[in-house]
Amino acid sequence: MSPAPPIPIQGYLVVSALLFSIGLVGVLARRNAIAVLLGVELMLNAANLNFVAFWRYGGGARMEGQVFAIVVITVAAAEAAIALAIVLNVYRRFRTVNVDQINLMKG
Amino acid sequence: MGGSFQLYLIPGLPLAAFLVIAAFALRPGRDRAAPFVLIGALAGSLWLAIQALGEAAGRAPLWLALPWLSVGGLTFEVGAWVDGLSGVMLVVVALVSLLVQVYSIGYMRGEIGYGRYFAYMSLFSGSMLGLVISDNIVQTYIFWELVGICSYLLIGFWYRRPAAAAAAKKAFVVTRFGDLGFLTAVLILSFHRPAVFGFHQLAQMVEVGAISGGTVTAVALLVFSGAVGKSAQFPLHIWLPDAMEGPTPVSALIHAATMVAAGVYLVARAFFFFAAAPAALFVVALIGALTLFLGATMGAAENDIKRVLAYSTISQLGFMMLALGVGGYTAGVFHLTTHAFFKALLFLTAGSVIHAVHTNDMWHMGGLGRRMPITAATCLVGALALAGIFPLSGFWSKDEILAAVWSSRMPGHWAFFGLALGGVVLTAFYMFRLWFVAFTGEPRTEEAKAAHESPWVMTGPLVLFAAAAAAAGALKWRVPWTSGGFADVLGVHAGQETASTAVMALALVGALGGIAVAWAAYRANLVSSAAFNARVPAVRLLLRNAWYLNRAWELFATRVVIAGSAAAAWFDRHVVNGMVDGVAWMCGRASRRLRLAQTGQVQFYALVFIVGLIVGLVVVFGREESLLALLVGRP
Repeated sequence: MSPAPPIPIQGYLVVSALLFSIGLVGVLARRNAIAVLLGVELMLNAANLNFVAFWRYGGGARMEGQVFAIVVITVAAAEAAIALAIVLNVYRRFRTVNVDQINLMKG
Repeated sequence: MGGSFQLYLIPGLPLAAFLVIAAFALRPGRDRAAPFVLIGALAGSLWLAIQALGEAAGRAPLWLALPWLSVGGLTFEVGAWVDGLSGVMLVVVALVSLLVQVYSIGYMRGEIGYGRYFAYMSLFSGSMLGLVISDNIVQTYIFWELVGICSYLLIGFWYRRPAAAAAAKKAFVVTRFGDLGFLTAVLILSFHRPAVFGFHQLAQMVEVGAISGGTVTAVALLVFSGAVGKSAQFPLHIWLPDAMEGPTPVSALIHAATMVAAGVYLVARAFFFFAAAPAALFVVALIGALTLFLGATMGAAENDIKRVLAYSTISQLGFMMLALGVGGYTAGVFHLTTHAFFKALLFLTAGSVIHAVHTNDMWHMGGLGRRMPITAATCLVGALALAGIFPLSGFWSKDEILAAVWSSRMPGHWAFFGLALGGVVLTAFYMFRLWFVAFTGEPRTEEAKAAHESPWVMTGPLVLFAAAAAAAGALKWRVPWTSGGFADVLGVHAGQETASTAVMALALVGALGGIAVAWAAYRANLVSSAAFNARVPAVRLLLRNAWYLNRAWELFATRVVIAGSAAAAWFDRHVVNGMVDGVAWMCGRASRRLRLAQTGQVQFYALVFIVGLIVGLVVVFGREESLLALLVGRP
C-alpha cells in the first residue's frame, strides 16, 4: 500500500467532470461526425479516470477499478473501429460527415 | 368377454375396413375386393356383438373405458358399454349393414365409384357401431357427427346430379339445427361441476339429485333437439324425403334402419334425463305424435316409391318417439328393432324394382308381381309387417306402443292415441296403395313390361330380411342368444305395457280398414281417388306440397335468415368494423402530431437522452440526503 497521495480525490473528480462535460458538449454540439466520436472518447476516458481514482483512494486492495478501466479502453477501441467504418459509409452515401445534414429519420 | 378389448373391435373392424378400402381398393379395377373386405369386417363385428349381447343381457353391463385426453379438469374417455339396449342395437346395426352390403354388390355393380361407395359404407358402419357402443355423451356426439358426414357423403354419392348434391347439402344443414342443441347439451354438462360425461354416472347423479331439475330438463330438451334433427322429426323432417337421392341401399341402411334411428336410440340411452323431466317427456310425446301423423299423411299422397317409404320412416320414427314420450321404453326400442328389419326390407325391394324399371314413379310400374315374384312377395311381407298385421313383427311392436299410449297417465294421451290410430290406418293405406299400384294390374310402360327379377345377391338378402321382418315379433318373448324376452334384455321388469285385447283389435281393424280402402281405390277401382281429389282439392294440394313445410322453411331461410344476416352484416360493417377503423384513425391522427418530435437530428436525440437521464436521476435519487449534500457541496 502506497502512502496517501498528495492531491485529494476531489481534484481527480473535478478533472474527470470537466473532461466528461467537454466530451458531452462535443457530442451534442459539434457538426462533424469525427468530432462527435472524439467527444465520446473524452467521456469514456473521464469515466476511466474516475475508476482509477476511486481505486487508488478506496484502499487499492482489489483490482476492479483497474480492470474496469482496461475493459473500457478495449471496448472504446472496438467502438472507434466500428464508428469510423460507419462514418466512412455515411460519407460514401451522403458525401458529407455533417451529422445535421443526415436526417433521413425526420418525421 | 367381460369388458375386454374385443369390444373396441366391434366398431374397430369396419373402421379398419374403411382404411383398407381407402388405401388399396378405391380405384376401378382394384375395387372388386372392396365389398368383401367390408362384409368380412361386419361379420366379425356381428359375431362379437352377438357374444357381447349374450353376456350382457339381463346381467351386469360390459364396460370398458380408457382415458383419452384431460383438459382443464375435464377428462374425456373412449369407452365401450354393452347392456341390453346397446347390445340389441349393435346386433341390429351389424346384421342389417351386413345384408345391405351383400345386396349392394348386385345393386352397385358397374357404378362409377364402386370402391368409394364401400369405403363410405365402411366408415358409416364403424361410426354407427361406435355411436351405439359409446359409454359417454362426448364420444356419442363425435360418432353422431361422423354418421352425419357419412350420410352427407352417401346422399351425394352421385354428386354430378345437381339434385343429389342439393339433397346432401340440405340433409347436412337441416340436421345441423338439431345438432346445435345436442352440442349445447354436452357443453352444459361440461360446465356442470363435477363434470361427468359417462351415461351411467350421469344416471346416478340424476337419481340422487346432484343435477338441478332445471338443468335436467334443459339437457333433456337439447338432447331431444339433436334427436329431432337426426331422426327427421317434425319440424326438421324435411331433409329425409330429399335424402332419397342417394343409392337405394344407402336409403335402406342409413335413412331407414340405423342412422335415423340413432335419435330414438339417443333418447333411449339418455332416458334417465327424460324420466326425471316430465315436461321434456311431454314434448317428446307431442313431437312424436305430430310427426307420425303428418308423415303418414304425406306418404299417402306421394308417387315416388322411395319418398313414400321415406315419409313412412318419418312416421314410424314418430311412433317410436311417442312411445318413449309416454314412458313406453320397451315399446319404443322394440319398434326400433322390428322397424329396422321391415323398413330395410321395403327399401331393398324398392331398390330391386327401381333396378328393373329404372324409374321411381309408381305410376310407371304396374304388374310387376308376375315378372318379379320374389321382390313382390318379400315386399308384401314388409308391407304387412309395417301395416301391423297379425302375426308379423310390426303388429307386436306397434301394438305395444298403442298400449303404452293408452295406459299412460300423461295429459292429452287421448289425443295422442287418436293420432297414433290415425297413423296406423294411414300406414296400411299408403303401403298397400304402393303395393297394389306397383305390383298388380297391368304394366303401364314398356320398361315395366320388360322387367325381370334381380340377381340372387339382391334377392337373397330380401328373403332373409323378409324372414326377419315376419318373425321379429317373437323377440317379445325370447331374444336369441339370451335367456329372456325383449323387456328382460332391456332390464325393464315392470309390465306396464300389458297389451289389452281391445287395443289390439282396434289397431288390427284400423290397419285392415286402411288396406281395404287402398284395395278399393287402387286395385278394384270401386272408388276413384281422382273423384275424391276433385271433390276436396285442398287435401291433395296440402299433402302433395307436404303441408307446405318445405315452403315455410324456404321462407324462413330466405326471409328471416337473410334479413337477420343482413342486419348482422350491417352491424359488423358499421359498428364492429367502425370501432376498429376508429382506433386506426385515432392512431393516424395522433401519430401525425407525434412524428413532428422526430427531427432526424442524431444530436437532438442525444440531448433528449441526456436531459432525460438527469431528470431520471433527480427523480430517483433527489430525495436522498447524501446525494443532495454531494450536489450542493456540503458534507
